[in-house]
Amino acid sequence: MRFASLALFTSLAFVPASASATEVTSFELENGMEVVVVENRRAPVVMHMVWYRVGAADEPPGVSGIAHFLEHLMFKGTDELEAGELSETVNRNGGSDNAFTAQDYTGYFQRIASDRLELVMSMEASRMDGLRLVPEDIGTERDVVIEERNQRVENDPGALFSEQMRAAQYLNHPYSIPIIGWMHEANALNMEDAMSFYEQHYGPNNAILVVAGDADPEEVRRLAEKHYGVIPANPNIVERERVSEPPQLAERRLEYADPRIGNDYVIRSYLAPERDRGAQEEAAALTLLAEVLGGSPTTSVLAQKLQFEEQKSVYAAAWYRGQSLDDTTFGVVNVPVPGTSLEDAEAALDQAIAEFIEEGVDPEKLERIKTQMRASEIYALDNVRGLANRYGAGLTSGLTIEDIEAWPDILQAVTEDDIIAAAKRVFDRRKAVTGFVRTATEEVTQ
Amino acid sequence: MIRFALTFVVLLGATAPANAAVEIQEVTSPGGITAWLVEEDAVPFTALEIQFQGGGSLDRDGKRGAINLMTATLEEGAGELDAQAFAVARDELAASFSFDVGRDGLSVSVRFLTENRDEALALLKLALTEPRFDEDAVARVREQILSGLRSDLNDPNTIAGLRLNELAYGDHPYATSLDGTLDSVAALTREDVVNAYGDVIVKDRIFVGAAGDISADELATIMDDLFGDLPTGGAPLPPPVELQLTGGVTVEPLNVPQSVALFGHIGIPRDDPDFFPAFVANEVFGGGGLQSRLSMEVREERGLTYGIGSYLVNWDHANMLLGQFATANDRAAEAIQVVLDEWAKIAAEGVTEEELDAAKTYLTGAYPLRFDSNASIARILVGMQADGLPIDYIETRNSKVEAVTLEDVKRVSERLYQPEALRFVVVGQPDGLEGVN
Repeated sequence: MRFASLALFTSLAFVPASASATEVTSFELENGMEVVVVENRRAPVVMHMVWYRVGAADEPPGVSGIAHFLEHLMFKGTDELEAGELSETVNRNGGSDNAFTAQDYTGYFQRIASDRLELVMSMEASRMDGLRLVPEDIGTERDVVIEERNQRVENDPGALFSEQMRAAQYLNHPYSIPIIGWMHEANALNMEDAMSFYEQHYGPNNAILVVAGDADPEEVRRLAEKHYGVIPANPNIVERERVSEPPQLAERRLEYADPRIGNDYVIRSYLAPERDRGAQEEAAALTLLAEVLGGSPTTSVLAQKLQFEEQKSVYAAAWYRGQSLDDTTFGVVNVPVPGTSLEDAEAALDQAIAEFIEEGVDPEKLERIKTQMRASEIYALDNVRGLANRYGAGLTSGLTIEDIEAWPDILQAVTEDDIIAAAKRVFDRRKAVTGFVRTATEEVTQ
Repeated sequence: MIRFALTFVVLLGATAPANAAVEIQEVTSPGGITAWLVEEDAVPFTALEIQFQGGGSLDRDGKRGAINLMTATLEEGAGELDAQAFAVARDELAASFSFDVGRDGLSVSVRFLTENRDEALALLKLALTEPRFDEDAVARVREQILSGLRSDLNDPNTIAGLRLNELAYGDHPYATSLDGTLDSVAALTREDVVNAYGDVIVKDRIFVGAAGDISADELATIMDDLFGDLPTGGAPLPPPVELQLTGGVTVEPLNVPQSVALFGHIGIPRDDPDFFPAFVANEVFGGGGLQSRLSMEVREERGLTYGIGSYLVNWDHANMLLGQFATANDRAAEAIQVVLDEWAKIAAEGVTEEELDAAKTYLTGAYPLRFDSNASIARILVGMQADGLPIDYIETRNSKVEAVTLEDVKRVSERLYQPEALRFVVVGQPDGLEGVN
């Protein structure tokens, strides 16, 4: 209950899935733009999303935050639209809109009555190649982004430390850099940086259109050809080639003290493989490992051993996020009860994991988790945005539609032995970052 | 994200729609319990929302946080099942029960599959009617709550909320956090939890909403099964608030780079003849889009914040007009002045015809979009009942928005927006900002 936000909260998941309520159709326009239609006629509402295969990890050195800053600037003027006009028009039609930037993708969306689909499509198409920034747009919006960073990170000691951990986790790969940018670089971003990034990465041949909800695939095709199909492919766009990690040979150990920390905790992340095109088995085993080991706050291995048996923890959990273009991380955390040192908390955590590997996976526990995962496929049909995100995020993270649709079955096929084997591979301290996070008196940090 | 999702927005979720394609049935069980239902068999599951009126405001004297602790311990074992066994049983069914308590209600958000509906509901009934509140479970959950409270001690948003409530609500339960304090929670015992359960979980204070794959007859039977054994009565509901808030600025020092500001004064009752004009006026003034006046002036023109908004909030015992923003310490004074100027401007001038039309189009167009999932429909059904709205409200709501005139907005703005009564609570190290009482 309390600590849900610390871990990636995994929802419940029973029963053979989907089919009847949702149909997925995909096709590609001549200019290279991919289109996915997720038909779900639950309500007369449509989710219109454009996902670009570019994110913070594709930024050039020295301009961290430019992918996110550009996302903000995309709400300014285009050849056809005044600054702010897109959002204003969406609002006037009863819709809502927003955008998001991640390491591997940038997405823009509108949620609106389904008879307004063409309206939002025409506007989204306008900013795909027609962004027109003026110098006045820059300073004020950069201030807004700095306040966003203040709000999300600077005012939150846990978020500050997470940045430090990621920076230590990746020795070479740009996942080490925060999406919103380091403060000193985000402060200096300019219009030239933004336009250069835009011209390098935006265009139909780097975009995926996802239309989910009350939508007819043939109608979507007609509209997409009309509005997006006329935009020429951007010749600057090339396949993403990111630097990779060297062998990681030495554990990194971080200590962080901040007077704003309310509870001391020990946290560790391990470099871990992600879901790969046509090869998702290892990621599936890690997904179930995270669930078995530290998913449920009551019945997971860590909860049982540390919270219930030893009663030395307030909260213990594990998490893994397999959807990523490049190497991802597997994490564990232990928040000890007051009076227990972080050294002891770390030892207890390591012992619990060692015991788990020795004891193996409880088959009943694994079956319950699989049951929940099957059920989650049913519950997912009630959430159009979630369905749209599954395709948008999957396709921009290197997967194919076949991979995305095969994933539930791959999860179901994971065995107890697969999980233990994956655990032995991933829990390699040479590839780990361990963090001790403590409260501190004001004097220490002043 | 380009836009910060302001948490207050949900509070307005209970306000109503127009041409939404939902048909609400009123279902009364043989035992006399009423629920509102929207049947939808497209997906084989049901969302059930239950709310017990009173919520965290029913804590006994000196036992602040007891109801919150009780709520969090409801699913930590029931009947023959201890906490582990209960969680195992729930997970085997792939059902989800979420217990949450607010100022005015304790809510239970449930979803269950059609194929094992009876088993899932039998388990839910166990949690609601035979919770064990084992000593070890109470101790464990209490420790989790205390750790949350320790984290909140230096959280600027929490501090700002606590201070504003303290200034506003005098000795009313709204004045303090229903989470309790480190001291009050540490002192809570199992007996306090058992008392809290008896004070809140009673069958004559229930609102029920259901949406999904279930019929009216099935729902009627279920309600008697679930609630029939509960007692009636409960602790007395709190009295209406006598609002203590005065105009000015309160500064709460905290070593953070960004100041968090909450601001507010008295609002307008839900059943006031001018509620809809006020609702539309506030949409223009501080509503959800980038185009509100506050957002244009504070964010778009000046870059002072990532997000700002204002909200009409209707608690059961108090009506408020509230808002919030966060800005760098050296810009807080400027941002406050901009907000005050806008407050004075709308009070004096109302809104323009163009703004009124845009707000109406947005509000009427956005309304039907709310009814897009079983979970959100079930929540809306409970919200409507808790607000005392009629069952046909959804059909009439948009015409009430449409009927608002420029004159109505002018009249209500003059009454609603009172710059001299506006209190800001600022947490941080704001430059050049002195507390003004």
